[in-house]
Amino acid sequence: MTDTASSRTTQLRVLALAGGIATVASTFLSWTYTAEFPGDLTVYGYPGGLQVLTLTAGLLIALFALSALGVKGLRWLTPTGSTKALQLFALGALATTWFTVIAIAVELGGVVNLEPGGFVAAVATVIPVVAAFLLPDDTRKATRPKELPSWAEILIIVAAFAIGLFVFTYGIDTEYAELFTGYLLTVGFAATALFRAGLIARLNGLTTKYRMIAVSAAFVAAAAFPFTQNTDQFTLIAVNILIFATVALGLNIVVGLAGLLDLGYVAFLGVGAYTAALVSGTTASVFDVHFPFWAAVLTGAVVSLIFGVLIGAPTLRLRGDYLAIVTLGFGEIFRIAVGNLDGVSGPRITNGPNGVPNIPDLNFFGYNFGESHTVLGFELGSYANYYLLMLLAMILVVIVFSRAGNSRIGRAWVAIREDETAATAMGINGFRVKLIAFALGATLAGLAGTVQAHVQHTVVPEMYVFAGPVPPNSAFLLAAVILGGMGTISGPLIGASLLYLIPAKLQFLQDYQLLGFGIALILLMRFRPEGLIANRRAQLEFHETDQLDVPDDKPGAGVSTAKAGA
Amino acid sequence: MNDMTTTTTSTRTTVLDATGVTMRFGGLTAVRSVDLQVSSGEIVGLIGPNGAGKTTFFNCLTGLYVPTEGRVSYKGTVLPPKPHLVTQAGIARTFQNIRLFSNMTVLENVLVGRHTRTKEGLWSALLRGPGFKKAEAASHERAMELLEFIGLQHKADHLARNLPYGEQRKLEIARALASEPGLLLLDEPTAGMNPQETRVTEDLVFAIRDQGIAVLVIEHDMRFIFNLSDRVACLVQGEKLVEGTAEVVQGDERVIAAYLGTPFEGAPGAEEVAEVEAAEADAHSDTSTTGSEGDAK
Ligand SMILES: Nc1ncnc2c1ncn2[C@@H]1O[C@H](COP(=O)(O)OP(=O)(O)OP(=O)(O)O)[C@@H](O)[C@H]1O
Ligand SMILES: [Mg+2]
Repeated sequence: MTDTASSRTTQLRVLALAGGIATVASTFLSWTYTAEFPGDLTVYGYPGGLQVLTLTAGLLIALFALSALGVKGLRWLTPTGSTKALQLFALGALATTWFTVIAIAVELGGVVNLEPGGFVAAVATVIPVVAAFLLPDDTRKATRPKELPSWAEILIIVAAFAIGLFVFTYGIDTEYAELFTGYLLTVGFAATALFRAGLIARLNGLTTKYRMIAVSAAFVAAAAFPFTQNTDQFTLIAVNILIFATVALGLNIVVGLAGLLDLGYVAFLGVGAYTAALVSGTTASVFDVHFPFWAAVLTGAVVSLIFGVLIGAPTLRLRGDYLAIVTLGFGEIFRIAVGNLDGVSGPRITNGPNGVPNIPDLNFFGYNFGESHTVLGFELGSYANYYLLMLLAMILVVIVFSRAGNSRIGRAWVAIREDETAATAMGINGFRVKLIAFALGATLAGLAGTVQAHVQHTVVPEMYVFAGPVPPNSAFLLAAVILGGMGTISGPLIGASLLYLIPAKLQFLQDYQLLGFGIALILLMRFRPEGLIANRRAQLEFHETDQLDVPDDKPGAGVSTAKAGA
Repeated sequence: MNDMTTTTTSTRTTVLDATGVTMRFGGLTAVRSVDLQVSSGEIVGLIGPNGAGKTTFFNCLTGLYVPTEGRVSYKGTVLPPKPHLVTQAGIARTFQNIRLFSNMTVLENVLVGRHTRTKEGLWSALLRGPGFKKAEAASHERAMELLEFIGLQHKADHLARNLPYGEQRKLEIARALASEPGLLLLDEPTAGMNPQETRVTEDLVFAIRDQGIAVLVIEHDMRFIFNLSDRVACLVQGEKLVEGTAEVVQGDERVIAAYLGTPFEGAPGAEEVAEVEAAEADAHSDTSTTGSEGDAK
């Protein structure tokens, strides 16, 4: 009885393996006659465009099927079970491939445009799905992983971030919407599969163990991005993602840690940007001054701080919803006010709707940010300079977030968020602590704004709206925080990347973008309310799988309270 | 405890001095001109039927409510009606309906209690100088000591919400103790506990008293309160009816009447005490009986 069951399981796993290999093989065939479909899928013996994604998915299926079969040296791939992972990989391959095949048929006008290779791929990807869904669930508790020498563990971390950089770069560099859609499908399913296989948890264990190394590796990987680019085209996207992500992270202090709903956060970014623009020495500024950049950053941050205190001080004494309404109002007032300070409706300060153009490029000791430079033999364009500068700003915000979050004041924020009455009864001055969070958030947004002004070379009121097609705006910032995961560091970064890339890459969505966005948010709230990246607290808050919080390691180590970062 | 004499001994200093505390909610007077003193090293019990105004009185003491009339002073200084200032002054409390920070860990809950006794602000958190690290380490150490004191050190990294009920109540006590209070207010610390847990809590309160912390405790469990308290005050419909040693309050006819409706005619004092004790088991069902008997009268 058990024998037949286990032999059936083995057969199905072999079938999944065969399906994976067939999928891989199909990508070496031609899928369509003409080169009209982007990516050139006409060549035999050489996968191109979307075929590469199918190829990757097929390889992953084969790899994990081998791991499921217990092949020595691959078992570490599936510490918490292989079936769910196989199912997700198989679905990923199926989705990507069928999307490609259907896209070819639709765009070129009919199934006739498919070469046999396309049909082979379509059939091949069905096999592992059938096999995987017939497999019995083998989800298990992860066993304590084998002790590796620390150099090996560090190597794993480095490799993981290298792969991360590669995957991210691949996504940014996608040249056409079909490829990006396929990329999203493959990466989405693959990431979930890795999570279900327990690999992500394993990696998390390693990054916590070597925290400093992991953080450094992450930033080195991020800093390496411009070196992978030949043109400035995608670096500009990356800079904008960084700006968006940095501001989202600042908002996460206010929303995620202190629990204050700020609906006009982008206005603080605007305050910083306008301040920097006005003191940048541009001819369009009414002030005839040219601050050095560090002074402009300080000025922008301080002016934002002042606005933060002005908005926060009267409203934070009240509870809850008032803040949301006042910040929403402030966001609109800011936009309308800078739109009217044009010398006609009000004093001439901001040039009204025309904004402040011609903001000069930064120049550090003769290093002009507006020009290309050759660093280590790599040609770095203008936006690469700004990318690296913005990365520094983001590192600063990450440090502020993790240090503040994991301290007396950070605990007070979370306590206020959890139960304000109990928090005040524990001696926390609620107003004071909330004002600090709010003002800190405003300051960080202002700081990001000063860099943004120089990246864009222009600031106009319409960049700082509540909701609009181009992030960052207040609604998208909030969405990035919620989508990514409140109270975490990596959550808003991932949320911001997705929310920036999807509209930027899928231009054809323009009209449906907000609709799709709304549906996505609803689905997310239904299936993963804690966001893509859950901090440990939220993970437990939303899923009543109790005892998950029992720490894995020895109870004696009960003095670590760092949960702010994930 | 029970063998002690009626009034506060004059050698002790007065920790809490509430005079003429009145709290009105619109037409309802929840607390009416209540005077209460608590001296150092003393455990004082506060009893009364449901809705008598005990919790409201606590809220007036701790600044959660601003009393309509009256004055509350702690060690000779009048307290401002701001909860965080009251805690800072040295009064800590627990809540009748547990109010832990449920998504923080057990240890973090206690650390939050240390808030008033530490002063590292945002800057020191960002700069992480040696002073910050020392203060954090000291706070952790103190918090772990407190967890050991209540016997929860092995659950330091659990989320507060996942603790069983009894442990949550204990954690609230540890969190309150973390603020190094001179007076601890406990609002029904044994509600929902089984008899054994109740006994452990009793020892815990004695241990707290032995650390020199005065305790004012609300409880419906009569055996618990009369065992524990040096002095008991009974609140009925917002007014303090009697105050005295356990014997005095147990024997007081008005108290029995408040809990049971009218006293049984001809029943001697001792039996009435037994009556009260029999009725102690579940205070809530008691009051419903009280209500119907009161109507029947
Ligand atoms: N914020 C409030 N607004 C209006 N009425 C209130 C408020 N708080 C308490 N009360 C009323 O004051 C009275 C006393 O309530 P309180 O909670 O102090 O009673 P208690 O003695 O603690 O009772 P229990 O033993 O059930 O806890 C009740 O009638 C209650 O409804
Ligand atoms: Mg009460």
